[in-house]
Amino acid sequence: MISQSEIKKIVEEARKEALEKQDILIYTLHKIQDKVENNYIPEESAKIISKELKIPLSKIYEVLTFYTMFSTKPRGKYVIRICTSLPCHVANGREIIEAIKDELKIDFGQTTKDGLFTLEETGCLGLCGVSPVIMINQEYYGNLTPEKVREILKNLKGGEEK
Amino acid sequence: MHLTTNTILICAGGACISSGEESVKEALERKIKEYNLQDAIEIVETGCMGACSLGPIMVIYPEGIYYQKLTPEAAEKIVEEHLLKGRVVEEYLYQGDKDKLIPQPQKEIPFFSRQVKIATRNLGVIDPLNIEEYIARDGYFALHKALKEMTPEEVIKVIKDSGLRGRGGAGFPTGLKWEFARKSPGDEKYMICNADEGDPGAFMDRSILEGDPHTIIEAMTIAAYAIGANKGFVYVRAEYPIAIERLSAALNQAREYGFLGENILGTDFSFDIEIRIGAGAFVCGEETALINSIEGERGQPRVKPPYPAQKGLWNKPSNINNVETLACVPPIIINGPEWFRQWGTEKSPGTKVFALAGKVKNTGLVEVPMGITLRELIYEIGGGSPTGKKIKAVQTGGPSGGVIPEEYFDTPVDYESLNNLGAIVGSGGMIVLDEDDCMVDVAKFFLEFSVDESCGKCTPCREGNKIMYEILDKITRGEGTEEDIELLEKLGNTIKDSSLCGLGQTAPNPVLSTLRYYKEEYLAHVRDKKCPAKKCRDLISYVIDPEKCVGCTACARVCPVNCINGEVRKVHEIDQSQCIKCGSCIEVCRFGAISKVSPAIE
Repeated sequence: MISQSEIKKIVEEARKEALEKQDILIYTLHKIQDKVENNYIPEESAKIISKELKIPLSKIYEVLTFYTMFSTKPRGKYVIRICTSLPCHVANGREIIEAIKDELKIDFGQTTKDGLFTLEETGCLGLCGVSPVIMINQEYYGNLTPEKVREILKNLKGGEEK
Repeated sequence: MHLTTNTILICAGGACISSGEESVKEALERKIKEYNLQDAIEIVETGCMGACSLGPIMVIYPEGIYYQKLTPEAAEKIVEEHLLKGRVVEEYLYQGDKDKLIPQPQKEIPFFSRQVKIATRNLGVIDPLNIEEYIARDGYFALHKALKEMTPEEVIKVIKDSGLRGRGGAGFPTGLKWEFARKSPGDEKYMICNADEGDPGAFMDRSILEGDPHTIIEAMTIAAYAIGANKGFVYVRAEYPIAIERLSAALNQAREYGFLGENILGTDFSFDIEIRIGAGAFVCGEETALINSIEGERGQPRVKPPYPAQKGLWNKPSNINNVETLACVPPIIINGPEWFRQWGTEKSPGTKVFALAGKVKNTGLVEVPMGITLRELIYEIGGGSPTGKKIKAVQTGGPSGGVIPEEYFDTPVDYESLNNLGAIVGSGGMIVLDEDDCMVDVAKFFLEFSVDESCGKCTPCREGNKIMYEILDKITRGEGTEEDIELLEKLGNTIKDSSLCGLGQTAPNPVLSTLRYYKEEYLAHVRDKKCPAKKCRDLISYVIDPEKCVGCTACARVCPVNCINGEVRKVHEIDQSQCIKCGSCIEVCRFGAISKVSPAIE
């Protein structure tokens, strides 16, 4: 969980970065979500943001729920975004999706019990030259096969156990 | 500056990074240091070199030897052989037809030699994080010319005369857009760059931002001078972290060098740029939705008019241009409108960057003159099918575009010609489809995308597209009727006419264009419960040919639901009632004994 003082600090920084009053919200939400351990915006934080920015809570949730990259639910340490656009689809992306779902035993929008992985869909990541592609947190992985993707997930799991 | 014997350009575009560029670079550095050559050999990480299917790629100068599909081991070997002993390492060279090795494909292979690079002129050539390399390639010369030698009106006239049209999709004349913003009354105006690239299959904007961020800064500053803006925004998708990182670094350098900020180049013109990051909403690529998103609102479009040129960001006159459009501006200012018009057609002058993806050999980015035929683009430059299967069609313009069948591949690629075929140039994504691709599936796929991304503000788009999707889903499951097909057409046209923004107005296009050219495929799904491309799972079955099966058990072992029965060295059989149609068996069979049939076996 993120403390009130940390949120205040983020808001202060945002103000310093010459953001105008109106456009500060999305920026702040990004910063806070990056800081919160489970990669989401907890209700408590949303309330503090509302107070700090003097924006009604309803307005914050209006914005929060519109954009797919924000989450109101806790997410895993690794957020896996699978490209479900046509270039990846024609490159057998369906098999990648099935392999990941099978390996992690979760569906889109779900998080593994150990809190490690969350599975999400994304639009085109613009790496169609090496499709199928997925993104894990800020890293891209291209030219995937079911075997490759299983190995990547196993490596991440293995790295955690060590 | 010390003298070097070799310069290595290594592609650090997103695609090459995802295929292991960093570990290749580390191996190079390690090995070079081992031989104490770090002062003699310079490694430069460049933007996207375009040939994404060959990555990771590097080019070694002075010879210009092109190495592809690199691994850390390959990098070590190249240091020892090429750099140390001067011997070209053949196994990592480009392979042409009949396995002919081509050390410098840049000159010989059409994928490279037929390109005319204007918007992508610096991609793969310079270090995007080094402003001096940009300046060495005439960077910021156009800004100097515009600010010191031209009036804003003259700048607008040059862009108007060049005939440059918006590369983001709509193809609206850029100079005219600037003129509207210039003439719109108001002291405070905004210059916005739309870098919310989201069309599936298009990635030129990402590549330009990653590979040449200064060109966007320079072009935005020129545009701001022309329209009279003092503040600019680049709206980038959050899915492009590398682009955001490099653009931020470039902005700082530009400020340091006095190309941004107060009194640019000693004139009384001041301008600065800030980055705004999206949060995952395709509709924000629509200009009024983008404006709402910058303002910290939900990214829902506004009713037009008023257009952004009249009432844009914070209701002030604003001008929005796409990344690729802006990247064309500096060379046009330097070389003049006639220079730009030597390429392309009368109504679509200049070049366009296309992103080749799908069933084509050379995937990646290519910049070619407008008016090139689809056949040249797909077969000559794209290298045709990678598997030898018959290419069936090309899908252009993503979810707003349509399909163009192979019979029409001699059509020149320009805004008007593609519109006449029911497709669009769009943002330049070209997804090549072959005989394995089902057109109903393709249409359904794009519609699913539009349904997901619809912001929900207007009813035709929110509800209409959903109903169209449901009908398509029914058809692919073999439950559709002929009336459904008629309804699809009717609904599609209504949604096009009545939606609020570009997303809804174009969302039915993939359905309408596949219906136009491939109605018989729709009818096969409906009448015969048959998917001619054998893609729709509910309409196919996997079968084993008893003549070809040798009983190796490979398929039975890989089957996740254990529905393949048979003893060793005896013909195997698939239990159709249990089969989940995952296709694993077909992949592992080395005897070609397993095939798909449609309609499905009961």
